[in-house]
Amino acid sequence: MSAEVVYEKASRIYPGAQAVRAVDQLDLDVPDGEFLVLVGPSGSGKSTALRMLAGLEDVDEGAIRIGDRDVTGLPPKDRDIAMVFQSYALYPHMTVADNMGFALKLRGLSKADIDAKVAEAAKMLDLSKYLDRKPKALSGGQRQRVAMGRAIVREPSVFLMDEPLSNLDAKLRVETRANIAKLQQRLGTTTIYVTHDQVEAMTMGDRVAVLKDGVLQQCASPRELYENPTNSFVAGFIGSPAMNLANLPLTEGGVKLGDVVLPLPRSVVSAASSQDLKEVTFGVRPESLQLVSEGGFELVVELVEELGADAYLHGKVGDDRFVVRVDGRTPPRMGDNVRVGLRGEGETHAFNPETTLRLS
Amino acid sequence: MTTLATRPETATPAPARKPKRKLGPGALTVVTWVIAILFVFPLLWMILTAFKQEADAYTDPPKLFFSPTFDQIANVLKGGFLPYVSNSAFVTVLSTLLVLLLGIPAAYALSLAPVKKTSNALGFFLSTKMLPIVAAIIPLYIISQNTELLDTVWALVILYTSMNLPLAIWMMRSFFLEVPHEMIEAGRIDGANLPTLLRKIIMPVVAPGIAATALICVIFSWTEFFYAVNLTAARAGTVPVFLVGFITSEGLYWAQLSAAALLASLPVMIVGWFAQNHLVRGLSMGAVK
Repeated sequence: MSAEVVYEKASRIYPGAQAVRAVDQLDLDVPDGEFLVLVGPSGSGKSTALRMLAGLEDVDEGAIRIGDRDVTGLPPKDRDIAMVFQSYALYPHMTVADNMGFALKLRGLSKADIDAKVAEAAKMLDLSKYLDRKPKALSGGQRQRVAMGRAIVREPSVFLMDEPLSNLDAKLRVETRANIAKLQQRLGTTTIYVTHDQVEAMTMGDRVAVLKDGVLQQCASPRELYENPTNSFVAGFIGSPAMNLANLPLTEGGVKLGDVVLPLPRSVVSAASSQDLKEVTFGVRPESLQLVSEGGFELVVELVEELGADAYLHGKVGDDRFVVRVDGRTPPRMGDNVRVGLRGEGETHAFNPETTLRLS
Repeated sequence: MTTLATRPETATPAPARKPKRKLGPGALTVVTWVIAILFVFPLLWMILTAFKQEADAYTDPPKLFFSPTFDQIANVLKGGFLPYVSNSAFVTVLSTLLVLLLGIPAAYALSLAPVKKTSNALGFFLSTKMLPIVAAIIPLYIISQNTELLDTVWALVILYTSMNLPLAIWMMRSFFLEVPHEMIEAGRIDGANLPTLLRKIIMPVVAPGIAATALICVIFSWTEFFYAVNLTAARAGTVPVFLVGFITSEGLYWAQLSAAALLASLPVMIVGWFAQNHLVRGLSMGAVK
């Protein structure tokens, strides 16, 4: 039975001379059946948050619920969860079938039941041929699937995945990414997935929770995170290449970049003036900029990254660095001076440079 | 012996890494063989001498060709060798079992479930090996006498257990440390409690290491001489004590001594031969990650 997961002001505090709040007052509500991705840079507390749910880390403040049960103090085995580890953590002395059936055996299921469930999961994961092998005789991708299978056979209320793809090569990662997402949809089991890779976060999650220094920054759908980042950290973290962010002085109706004024929506301007700001953190994504023949600001191209369909121009305006996405077929060359303009209204972002919060 | 013979092989990558002094594979083989024969030579000589007549054992230059005989081995077996073997076997097996019984929980507690003051405990274990045993032998003798353990196998069981325990804990701790943390966590999530975790997940992974440790304890106990010669006599004497009996005031009986030494080293050689893969892997696994 799948279930809802709720963090209620849950904190993990590592004691020491200076106590570290690895996860700080996390409030998160994951509805039944949702695929939630926890994302953040290393040290953001995303893995710790997951391990708190697993029962592998203590919850020092607050509570965690799975369904209608408070699991805050329960040992891992009583939480009805299954976890996929980054290293897969397979049992090296057991065959694939034994690895997958271990939890069921401990639960006291009959041999026939275990075999049936393992066979079913193996079929789903294309592992039927390898059931008698030991993990060391498998490839990286196969091991990863065994780790998935070990979680699936248990039919838990929640799947926990801690960077399960980071030991795979790039091609296999993309493939497995899609497979996991499909599998989750098919099983409909609530899943919490930790990654540092924002592309994984965007492509897999129903919702994405961005963490930084143990504090939840924003939890929203990938599209919402992309279009309305709540602060400049989320703005810079989500999207690849990252959003261009620059502290620019406010002028009448916009911000001043070099010799031009980039317009800001009226609501942003009034929010900035009500907060008595002289400058704002202006943000614009590389894909929201385009080359123009007239107007716009001047950019000195320092580097051209050609990716086939697109090319990214890296350049400087004054002291601020900007990246611009252009058509891959006719990119400017290094050293060129180009003029860059906004692609459309409403594709700019502005943040308070002090609080980093979004202005709107 | 088997570990000694493989030592040159593990030493060879060093010259190979320096291009200046690169040896061809042929030369390496020769060097390996030369060093191996140097190490094994005393052993070969002992085996050779064990099958000579006493008169042949004394000739100078030594005879390489002679008519082999089992007389010496028969003499040794007739001369009361077996009680010593049974003493040795009893002391070795029992002390090794005790070491494992006490050492495995200790090694676990000092690695996977670290207790407070772990490093102090480890340092203490090591410090017990720093005192030369000769410095402690008189108190040990007097204690054995007062507790009526003198010339009993129990004195040796206690001493060998305490002699091997620190080493065994250090060795086994390094094997426990190699058990991946995430694997244990996976086991906990799969529903294993501590006994199941230990039996089904941790022990199978550290088993080769424990086997290697046990073998080391067996070898050390079997070959221990100093305690045995000082604390035992006719009743509880072990094999090394028996060997010394051949050094008499009338001189050395080389052939008989060699025959006895051969018999004494056979068990260790046989066990070592069967366990050599485990042993080498076990010894190197702890040292290099």
